[in-house]
Amino acid sequence: MTRNHPSTRPERRKPAGATAMRLVVPLQGVVQGRGGLILGSLIPCALFYFLQFYMKRHRSPKPSSDPPSPSTSSSNLPELTRTSSRSSLSTRGSFGPARVSTRASSIAKQTDSLYYVGLDKVKEDPYHRTDNPDGIIQLGLSENSLCLDLIEKWVLENLTDSIMGTNGGDLSISGIAMYQPFDGMMELKVAMAGFMSQVMGQRVSFDPSQIILTAGATPAVEILSFCLADHGNAFLVPTPYYPGFDRDVRLRTGVELIPVHCRSSDNFIVSISALDQAFNQTRKRGLKVRGILISNPANPVGNILPRETIYDLLDFAREKNIHIISDEIYGGCTYGSEEFISMAEILDSEDFDKSRVHIVYGLSKDLSLPGFRVGVIYSYNESVLAAAKKLTRFSSISALTQRLLVPMLSDTKFIQEYIETNRRRIKKLCNSFVAGLKQLGIKCADSNAGLYCWADMSELIPSYSEKGELELWDKLLNIAKINVTPGSACHCIEPGWFRCCFTTLAQEDIPVVIERIRRVAETSKSSS
Amino acid sequence: MKLLSRKVTCNSHGQDSSYFLGWQEYEKNPYDEKKNPKGIIQMGLAENQLSFDLLESWLAKNPDAAGFKRDGQSIFRELALFQDYHGLPAFKKALVEFMSEIRGNKVTFDSNKVVLTAGATSANETLMFCLAELGDAFLIPTPYYPGFDRDLKWRTGAEIVPIQCTSSNGFQITETALEEAYQQAKKQNLKVKGVLVTNPSNPLGTTMSRNELYLLVDFITAKNIHLISDEIYSGTVFNSPGFISIMEILKDRNCENTEVWNRVHIVYSLSKDLGLPGFRVGALYSNDDMVVAAATKMSSFGLVSSQTQYLLSALLSDKKFTRNYISENQKRLKQRQKKLISGLEKAGISCLKSNSGLFCWVDMRHLLSSNTFEAEIELWKKIVYDVKLNISPGSSCHCTEPGWFRVCFANMSEETLKLSMQRLKAFVDSTTNGHNQSSHQSVKNSRRTSLTKWVFRLSFDDREPCGER
Repeated sequence: MTRNHPSTRPERRKPAGATAMRLVVPLQGVVQGRGGLILGSLIPCALFYFLQFYMKRHRSPKPSSDPPSPSTSSSNLPELTRTSSRSSLSTRGSFGPARVSTRASSIAKQTDSLYYVGLDKVKEDPYHRTDNPDGIIQLGLSENSLCLDLIEKWVLENLTDSIMGTNGGDLSISGIAMYQPFDGMMELKVAMAGFMSQVMGQRVSFDPSQIILTAGATPAVEILSFCLADHGNAFLVPTPYYPGFDRDVRLRTGVELIPVHCRSSDNFIVSISALDQAFNQTRKRGLKVRGILISNPANPVGNILPRETIYDLLDFAREKNIHIISDEIYGGCTYGSEEFISMAEILDSEDFDKSRVHIVYGLSKDLSLPGFRVGVIYSYNESVLAAAKKLTRFSSISALTQRLLVPMLSDTKFIQEYIETNRRRIKKLCNSFVAGLKQLGIKCADSNAGLYCWADMSELIPSYSEKGELELWDKLLNIAKINVTPGSACHCIEPGWFRCCFTTLAQEDIPVVIERIRRVAETSKSSS
Repeated sequence: MKLLSRKVTCNSHGQDSSYFLGWQEYEKNPYDEKKNPKGIIQMGLAENQLSFDLLESWLAKNPDAAGFKRDGQSIFRELALFQDYHGLPAFKKALVEFMSEIRGNKVTFDSNKVVLTAGATSANETLMFCLAELGDAFLIPTPYYPGFDRDLKWRTGAEIVPIQCTSSNGFQITETALEEAYQQAKKQNLKVKGVLVTNPSNPLGTTMSRNELYLLVDFITAKNIHLISDEIYSGTVFNSPGFISIMEILKDRNCENTEVWNRVHIVYSLSKDLGLPGFRVGALYSNDDMVVAAATKMSSFGLVSSQTQYLLSALLSDKKFTRNYISENQKRLKQRQKKLISGLEKAGISCLKSNSGLFCWVDMRHLLSSNTFEAEIELWKKIVYDVKLNISPGSSCHCTEPGWFRVCFANMSEETLKLSMQRLKAFVDSTTNGHNQSSHQSVKNSRRTSLTKWVFRLSFDDREPCGER
């Protein structure tokens, strides 16, 4: 008569109650036909309660992984199970040893995604043109140091006035030493609003009162996750995506990330039909979708969302009544012919519901200052701003750094020069690198932004699978001695794609990299 | 509408708390010696402003530190790109040595066991994420820092169960109180994961006695739970009996290779001892590798700016400076505390005997119209609105007895402190001379009850920007 007992198929993610009812109702009918009303209601009730009791005792861990995706072997998915902390105790009940929380033990023991593994390996044997020419060349870190010389020059020329604040010629630390508003000094918010506007070509203006400053974009994403979703809810994320989102969103908030797979045939631009399908599938699994998390310019692909796609996303979000988190941290790292269009620009000019859009920004990429920890949440939603502001108490920017940045970001002439030089230098390196790869027969996705290119090495992988991709990654790391990020670490559904960050290279290093890849490519081609 | 999460919407009513009236009133009408001499004097902010000159003179003599230079060479590039969540090794080393120095070098710390965070607020929350979750509780002795309700519980889902302390023994922790709290947690179906103490105490300003520390170690050993010792005020101990760190006790008891060694964790920060809350520098220290590993990864959500780490590593590595700073800072705090105490005495007000911190735990029970929390709030409102002093009522710190207030002394000039004491004396004189028991108070009482409720829910207001630790 009935379907299988839900606990024999732990992958079924229906809430326990619903499945139980499917068992009980037909049963009730059968019993009522024969046993009369009392038996007919008593037996199913008893069964129902027994079922609940049984399932409570044997509750399987909360589902945390996505449906089979190519990336599960490489990325780590922290299990945020709630019950195992109790089950791990001795049977002496409350006198059992107090372990750390399950959250902590899973985080501590996590085998890192290849994204992090590669980064660590480079640290052990870093390439240096003269001191260590056989070391591992870092192409896995999306870091922009191309124009640090400009910033360094500005700092050294403008320092004494900016850091401590002069009080009649004497250093006065009290101004910055004392407690500041956790979400940042107003002067910095004003300067940041102006900077963001400049970065986006003055096509949009930002309101300082809608800015929340955080210690980097990493907490900005986490704070928004805490504000917009409950434990057990989900965000839809187009793939491939920045591996760090797995940590930023999922580590402590309990919010799930549901991948929405994009294809090279679309140049990895998300389609509404894919979003819709993912939304419905997620709902069927009993998870509530609270928002879409998207990077624009995209990481790792490096493309810019077309205007039409942004309109479609906004319409979709309105239709499903969900939020959009737009991570625009690479907004200033554009070098192609296309202009970057911020969500803010669209919202300023078109009539869309602003209250569901939240922008994440930071100075780590556009201004090359990841060490200073400066991130931004920009929202049109008063409630989100109020909530996020309170949460910044855990992630505030050091006042010392804020004091340094106010005059720097306000120096519009310097910033203009910086932005233009930055773009020019990224473009030059990108062109050389992409051309070099082309010589090897390796094509890159069409990209206009970012500090990396998205290279298609599928012809070099031994088998068209994640396994094949990882074998190539391993060869590249250990034989060619270059660290690149495999597509599987970014949850890409097509094997063979690799993110190569070129901004950590000098022009002279590019031929070295290409040569090393060539050697591996040749052995790969000959063996396949 | 697109709803926000439950976590942020359920606490929004905290904004109505009358407690924040004090802060709001202060911000509307802040005292300024020249521009607003009749304004409200801020005595609810535990900030150390007494030793800025020492920091400033060091900075003037060491421009490289703030100038991104090491030995004359620019290291700007290195710092701009440094975002390793393991922290700047030189800074961690200097930090643990500083912590050791504060403890009279009776204990040493391993810099590999330190995790840097953006302030102690972040360190406390991170530790809580590592040790507890929904359904778990930590026991905390009352009165305690009001911020804990928010920092420890909000995003982690953990609960706090108070260990009730009373004035009968100077608010010290007793075995009975510990056990009662433990049982109370059980009654509430909470699993006790540990005890959290602030030593030196906020708001009491006292250091824990050796006995209390032994008691704690015995308790956590017997119950097999954790102990978090928030030692953020450890550098502000200016009088006997001196500061005894929990690490010292563990060493005395030869606990180094026992299980309990891994269950004691310390939180520290430079906000109070160095008076640099704006720099957002906190740390947690643990002997448990798993805690350190997990906390290190979590610290990504609140890393300390590399610029700040570098500056402070230079500052704290200068042993001559640190030695001088620690003793001079303590001397100044001692003098300032004496001034507050004598000012209070002149007004006929006593306070708990204290030897540390940036505040005194003041006894105004004799000024209450009745031995109730309503009366405490009534008195507090008078002090804020009429006397124009913003002080912290004991009820906001979950004190079991009405009539106690925390009054800070290190965040203002000496003249301002003198003025505040004059105002207080004038107030006390007028109330003892006048009729302080008036019948019209009972009319206001009904309103007071609802206000008291709000006082307890003070955690989530954004009007409280600064650490009221």
